[in-house]
Amino acid sequence: MFEDTIKYKKLKKISRLLRYRTVQTSHNSSIPHLGSCLSCVEILVFLYWNELNINPINPNHDRDRFILSKGHGAPILFQVLAEKGFFDKELLKTAGQNGSLFHEHPPKPGYIPGIEAATGSLGHGLPIALGIALAGKINKKSYRTYTLLSDGECNEGTIWESAMFAASKSLANLTAIIDYNKWQATGRSQEIMALEPLKDKWKAFGWHTQEINGHDFFEIENSLKNAVSNIEKPSVIIANTIKGKGVSFMEDNNNWHYRIPNKEELGKALKELS
Amino acid sequence: MRNLFQKHITDLARIRNDIVLLSGDIGNKMFDNFKSVDPNRFINCGIAEASMMSIAGGLALSGLRPVVYTITPFVTARCFEQAKISVGYHDANVLIIGTGSGLSYSELGATHHSLDDISIMSSIPNMRVLAPCDPNELRIYIDEALNIKGPTYIRIGKKGEPIITSEIKNISIGKSNLIKEGKDYLILAIGPIINEALSAVEKFESTNKKSVAIASMSSIKPLDFLFLREMIDRKFKTWITLEEHGFNGGLGIRINNWLFRNDNLKKINTINFNTPDEFIHKLGSQNFIRKELKIDGSYIYKKLLLL
Repeated sequence: MFEDTIKYKKLKKISRLLRYRTVQTSHNSSIPHLGSCLSCVEILVFLYWNELNINPINPNHDRDRFILSKGHGAPILFQVLAEKGFFDKELLKTAGQNGSLFHEHPPKPGYIPGIEAATGSLGHGLPIALGIALAGKINKKSYRTYTLLSDGECNEGTIWESAMFAASKSLANLTAIIDYNKWQATGRSQEIMALEPLKDKWKAFGWHTQEINGHDFFEIENSLKNAVSNIEKPSVIIANTIKGKGVSFMEDNNNWHYRIPNKEELGKALKELS
Repeated sequence: MRNLFQKHITDLARIRNDIVLLSGDIGNKMFDNFKSVDPNRFINCGIAEASMMSIAGGLALSGLRPVVYTITPFVTARCFEQAKISVGYHDANVLIIGTGSGLSYSELGATHHSLDDISIMSSIPNMRVLAPCDPNELRIYIDEALNIKGPTYIRIGKKGEPIITSEIKNISIGKSNLIKEGKDYLILAIGPIINEALSAVEKFESTNKKSVAIASMSSIKPLDFLFLREMIDRKFKTWITLEEHGFNGGLGIRINNWLFRNDNLKKINTINFNTPDEFIHKLGSQNFIRKELKIDGSYIYKKLLLL
């Protein structure tokens, strides 16, 4: 337990730092989707610092794969990859500039180290992840495939096509996490499309399902362990999160889906994250 | 063509363990032989073409060579964005096969006609677009597509298409194939409808001193520009295009456009045989519909007489 406390303390520190840099980059580079980035920080930090079997310097065929199906979370993923050493942090200073690779969504592999698939058009990342997981089974590889979805993304028909496919092929080497921050671009996700009962839906589609607090490292860790130990079904973790988490005036305020912080708002946000 | 595809892809799967066949819940029994080679590499993706296309993208990103097979409208228009992003943008090694193309499924109605697939698939960067005229071309295109980088779309007919090409050595992606020599007119055709051109020309030449060359332009993207240049030098009076596809984005508009830029003397006339810009409600056999739409051999013959 003491070890866990130290581990989580370190992860919290990294999360705070990456939130700080993401807010700063949003202001400097006029990159939106801040609320969507801030809701999934702990999930990404745990995956990249504790879960994924990856080597940023020398990626090999047996590496675990992570696909950011909610591609608009790219600004926080870029920060994660830079901090993990996939590329020089200095490169992120070009974010948002004309000619830069670092804008709003991940490009196809080969342009930014660590990016496994181009996403941004919602509903593509999960079926691509399915293909990667299926290839793992066909090729008898031991890697695991992870993907992070948004709740709004679950509006897309391909998500539910994929849900049926993964269950029928027993893709137990796949873990999907839903960043359930209860908002999508223009309103409450439950009001725009009746998502609930979300956990029951995935269960009915044949998945191993768990529901957790997506900001709690202990719960994230346990759920990922449970997902791995389940060997019959694809696994989904519904992570209840708060959009804009970590900055008081952004939390659960959907204006921050698109809004870019001005100088005054930046100052306030960075003070809270210092 | 369907049978050749089934047989050939099964033969290839026997010697290559990277080939994975994805079907959109069609081909009942047709792929039993493939399944007997390796059931794990036959994936029935259900009636869910959009996710099937992205799954193929994921398989290709992991080093496999997926082959996606279903009825043409559902493997092109239905999942266009997945073909564009998951396959085209990723330059993924995916081979897409659309079966029952053009008016092959004429009796099934407008939902099953595919008169736009060449147009939309060729709008995707990286995507090769091929419309083989016979099983020989199909076999060689499959072999080549599975050995080069990037995605390929092949539109095929149904079954029973005759073998037309004799010079197999001339068949290759990016190459035209001159099937019949001639001096006065040139017919450029794609797909099995090239048979209509052959029957029209046979009748025409039996009563006429003029002769007609016929070329299979099955490789629509990339198009064989070198061949087109050679054809300009041969000074045919008229170039005729023939396709079981609409004009927009098809072969005819490409040839017209190319001639506009490259025929400096502006002496070549063009005639385009293609399907009209409308949905087809008068149903019947493929031959009946071709006659109705005036893209059949007897109508081409009449047109040749008027030249």
